[in-house]
Amino acid sequence: MEIHEYQAKEILEGFGVPVPPGGLAYSPEQAAYRAREIGGDRWVVKAQVHSGGRGKVGGIKLVSDEHEVEDAADELFGKRLVTHQTGPEGKAVYRVYVEGAVDIERELYLGFVLDRKSERIMVVASAAGGMEIEEIAAARPETIVRSVVEPAVGVQAFQCREIAFELGLDAALVPQLVNIILGCCKAFEELDATMVEINPLVVTGDGRVLALDAKMTFDDNALYRHPQISELRDKSQEDPRETQAADRGLNYVGLGGNIGCIVNGAGLAMATMDMIKLAGGEPANFLDIGGGATPERVAKAFRLVQSDRKVEAILVNIFAGINRCDWVAEGIIQALEKAPVEVPLVVRLAGTHVEQGRKILAGSGLPLIHAATLAEAADRVVTAWRNSQGASVRAVMS
Amino acid sequence: MSILVERTTPVIIQGITGRIGAFHAKEMIDYGTNVVGGVTPGKGGESVHGVPVFDTVKQAVDKTGATASVVLVPPPFAADSIMESADACLQLCVAITDGIPAGDMIRVKRYMRRYRQENRLRLIGPNCAGVISPGKALLGIMPGHIYEPGAVGIVGRSGTLGYEAAAQMKELGIGVSTSVGIGGDPINGSSFLDVLRLFEADPDTKAVVMIGEIGGPQEAEAAEFLRDHMTKPVVAYVAGLSAPKGRRMGHAGAIISAFGESASEKVEILRDVGATIAPTPAEIGSSVAEVLSQAA
Repeated sequence: MEIHEYQAKEILEGFGVPVPPGGLAYSPEQAAYRAREIGGDRWVVKAQVHSGGRGKVGGIKLVSDEHEVEDAADELFGKRLVTHQTGPEGKAVYRVYVEGAVDIERELYLGFVLDRKSERIMVVASAAGGMEIEEIAAARPETIVRSVVEPAVGVQAFQCREIAFELGLDAALVPQLVNIILGCCKAFEELDATMVEINPLVVTGDGRVLALDAKMTFDDNALYRHPQISELRDKSQEDPRETQAADRGLNYVGLGGNIGCIVNGAGLAMATMDMIKLAGGEPANFLDIGGGATPERVAKAFRLVQSDRKVEAILVNIFAGINRCDWVAEGIIQALEKAPVEVPLVVRLAGTHVEQGRKILAGSGLPLIHAATLAEAADRVVTAWRNSQGASVRAVMS
Repeated sequence: MSILVERTTPVIIQGITGRIGAFHAKEMIDYGTNVVGGVTPGKGGESVHGVPVFDTVKQAVDKTGATASVVLVPPPFAADSIMESADACLQLCVAITDGIPAGDMIRVKRYMRRYRQENRLRLIGPNCAGVISPGKALLGIMPGHIYEPGAVGIVGRSGTLGYEAAAQMKELGIGVSTSVGIGGDPINGSSFLDVLRLFEADPDTKAVVMIGEIGGPQEAEAAEFLRDHMTKPVVAYVAGLSAPKGRRMGHAGAIISAFGESASEKVEILRDVGATIAPTPAEIGSSVAEVLSQAA
C-alpha cells in the first residue's frame, strides 16, 4: 500500500527523522493559512499524489508570498498530474502540502528496500540525491553505497557511520545522519514497510540534515496488524476498477486493452494475458479469482470485468484443481443469469470433471464459445473480438 | 526415486483441525500420503480423519517419528508454525499459506540458520501449491490426478500454471518425477536454484521444467547453475511478458522493480545458458516432448 508524502513525513518524524515545517491543505485558502502558520518568506506547495516525478510535471511550486501560495494551490487542486509513473490517465490532486522552503547546500539519496537477494532490509544511499535511484544507478553507479541489515539485531550505528563517511558528509553532521538511518530502519521494521525513500535528503546552509521528500510503501500482507497504517489508504489515488476489486476480495490489475480476463491462479492469469497478446489481442486486465471459484466469486468477477467499458470480449480460463469443473460451470451459468454478457465470451475449462462441466455449459443454451486448450482459448477470444469489431463497423456503414 | 518426498515419508499437518487444514488433510490421505498426525495447539488428543492431533510439533515428532510437515495455518500464525517445525528438527516443511508478511519471512529465514546444515529444515513455499511425487505422496493442494508418474521434474512459482504444464505433459504421455511449487512470495524457503540442484542429483529425473515469473533475482541465479552445473535438459517458461513495470500481479513477489526482473529479460538470461524456452505457455508440454526426443 502506498501513502502520501505528508503522511510518510509524519510517520518518520515520529521516529526521529527531522523534516521541514509544513502543513496540509484541502483548499487554496487553507494553503495560504498554512503558509502564514509556518512563517518565513518562501514556501513550497506540493501536490499530494501517489507518484514520484511530481516536480518535472509542475506538481511542486516554489513561491515567495502568500498570494502566490494561494494561486499555486488553486492551480494544483483538481488537476490530474501525469507523471512517468501514473500512466496516461494521471492522478488527481485533492490535497496539497505547504512547506517552508529550506536553504539547500547538498542533496543526498537515502532509501530502504526489501532486498530479495539477501532476503533482508537493505540501506541504499548516494551522494547524487535529487535524481531518481534508477537514474543514479544508470548515470552515477559509483556513488551508490549499500548496507544490509542483520535481522536478529537490526541496523547498527557503525553501519550508519560507514554510510555517512562514504557519502563524504562533514564529520560534524554524521550523528544527524546516523539518527535518521536508525529511525528509518526502526520505522521500516516496526510498521512492516516494503520501501522507505528520502529523496532528497538535504544538508542545509545552517548545518541541518532534513528529509525534503519522503515516500513509504507497506506490505499488504501485514496491514492486519497496523490499523493506523490501513487508515491512510487514499482510494482517490487508485484505479477505480482496482478499488472495486480490492473491496470485493479479488486480485485485479487494470490494463489498457479490450479483452477481459477471468482466471484462477496468478501464474495462469499472467500466462493467459501473455497468450492473448501473442494471439494479437490486448488484455484489459489481470484478474485472479483464487482457488475456490465459487458461483459468487465468478459472478463478482463478471460484474467487475464488464464494468470496464473498454472490454469488448471476455475470456474465462479456469483450471479446476481442488474444485470441480461442473461446479465452476454452474457458477458461470448463475453468474450470467445475474449479469448477462453483451460481448463475445470464450470459456475454457480444464482439470477435475471437465467433461461434466463442458456438458453443463453446452446444455445451458448460453451463447458461449468453448475452447479446450489454452492456445485455442486465446485464438478464439481474439478472433471473436475481431469479428465483433467487424460487425459493429458494418452496422455503422449500413 | 523422486526428490523431497517418498511414499514412506511420515508427514504431519500443522493446522489440521481448521476448515482448510482438514479438507486438504483428507485429500492428501486419499492420495496415499503417509500422514501420521496433525498439530493444533489446544486440540491435542483429538483425531482428524483417523490421525492423532498433538498440541506441539515436538510432541507429534516424538510420538509419530514424522520428518516432514505441511503448514496450513492462517497467515498471522504461519511464520511461528514454520519456526516450530524448524526447532523440532523436521527435514522438510511445505508452507501452503498465502499472505505471510515479508517481515515475518525475514525472521523465519534468519531463525533457520541457527541450526547446523545437517539439522536444518528445508522449507518449500510459502504461498505455494506444495510438492507431489506422483503415485507416491502429495504434500500440498494440487489435484493429484493430473500428474502421471514419470521422469520429468517440475519447479515453478505458480500453482495453476504448474497444473497447466503437468496436464499438457500428461496429454502427451509424459510423466513427472516430482513437482515442486516454490511459491509466489518475495522471500521464500527454497529457490529455483535449490530445487534444480536436487533434480540434477536425482537419478530418476531426466529433464526439468522451470516455470518462472516476473520479479526477483531467482531465475537469474538459477541460470548461473544451469550454465555451470546442470547436465540435464531444462525447459523454461517465464510468465508475465505483458505485465507492466511496477505493478504487482497477484503474487506478492510478482512485480518488476529492478533491471533483469521482467519476463523478457529473464527469458534472455535463461536462453543464453542453454535452456529450451517454451515460446508460449501452451507449448510447455510439446517443448518437453521435443527435448526428451532429442535426449533419447
